[in-house]
Amino acid sequence: MGLVWTFLVVSALVTAAFTGSVAALTGAIADSAGMAVTVALGLVGVMTLWLGLMKVAEEAGLVNQVARLVRPLMRRLFPEVPAGHPALGSMVLNLSANLLGLGNAATPFGVRAMQELETLNPRKGVATDAQALFAAMNTASLQLVPATVIALRAGAGSRAPAEILGATLVASACGLVVAVVVAKLLARLHLGDAR
Amino acid sequence: MVLDTLSAWAVPLLVAGIPLYALTRKVNVYAAFLEGAKGGFETGIRIVPPLVAVLVALGMLRASGALDAVARALAPLLEPIGLPASVLPLVVIRPLSGGAALGVVGDVLRTEGPDSYAGRLVSVMCGSTETTFYVLAVYFGAAGITRYRHALPAALLADLAGMTAALVVVRLLFGG
Repeated sequence: MGLVWTFLVVSALVTAAFTGSVAALTGAIADSAGMAVTVALGLVGVMTLWLGLMKVAEEAGLVNQVARLVRPLMRRLFPEVPAGHPALGSMVLNLSANLLGLGNAATPFGVRAMQELETLNPRKGVATDAQALFAAMNTASLQLVPATVIALRAGAGSRAPAEILGATLVASACGLVVAVVVAKLLARLHLGDAR
Repeated sequence: MVLDTLSAWAVPLLVAGIPLYALTRKVNVYAAFLEGAKGGFETGIRIVPPLVAVLVALGMLRASGALDAVARALAPLLEPIGLPASVLPLVVIRPLSGGAALGVVGDVLRTEGPDSYAGRLVSVMCGSTETTFYVLAVYFGAAGITRYRHALPAALLADLAGMTAALVVVRLLFGG
């Protein structure tokens, strides 16, 4: 990540030198840093709420029941995670919350899943295959109802704001399949393992 | 609309339903809630450093005009395959900044209309992809992971696939 990050920052500076917008960078840097803190702190409330509710659901046996429902699928996707491991329950909750468009709940579940997967990680700080796959799946945005976009379309006066629903589902399913296939293929190459 | 009702009810129903079900299972609901919620603040704070790093880099890229430059450079390649120039900034910006992406979508919906080819295309593209860099920064950051290994290429290729599929599906379904 150090390489990617440095590349992004340096190419921004070089481009700004050419476009004559170096002066704008200073403001952008301070603004972005402040915004990052606002975003992270904004997560604290929902994070706390959903982590609490998840614990309640866990003790009631709900999480396990949900996890058992999709166990065959999860075992294929994440063979290195032992059956009954709490990471599985968190991952299933995260993926279902995403599917239902409950972004607020999906993030805390996903974060917890990542932390639980980290307990299985022999090399702390280096993503495991399961963590990389899970992260990639989360960036594919598979959701039944893209509520934000539908609201934007309705606001812009669309005759049928929700008509893009099916197309969106197909497109994000394609993204999800590619995420899984590429992550699985690249995992076999042991990318970044040797270093 | 049914979907509106569903999304309006989903969260309150879960917030009330989970404790109610737990109560019937004789769970000490309040104690369990506090026990689980304990880690929320800490996790939020843990996300700050990686998020500052990623958002500063992306903020610099935007302010420097690099994103626009990439979009302009790609335009002659992508317009022949049915990607209008107005939609192109979205392809570049979507994985980097959720706010900026919604800005582009809003722009296209306003100027070309939500029921135009470009309007439908930005809608599907935006709805079927995620703000990849933000998601990775939050998830990996919270777990203390600094080496993403193949997560980034897999996620970016997924974005590319989602957008390509959006282009194809919108053409097939709506023409244009």
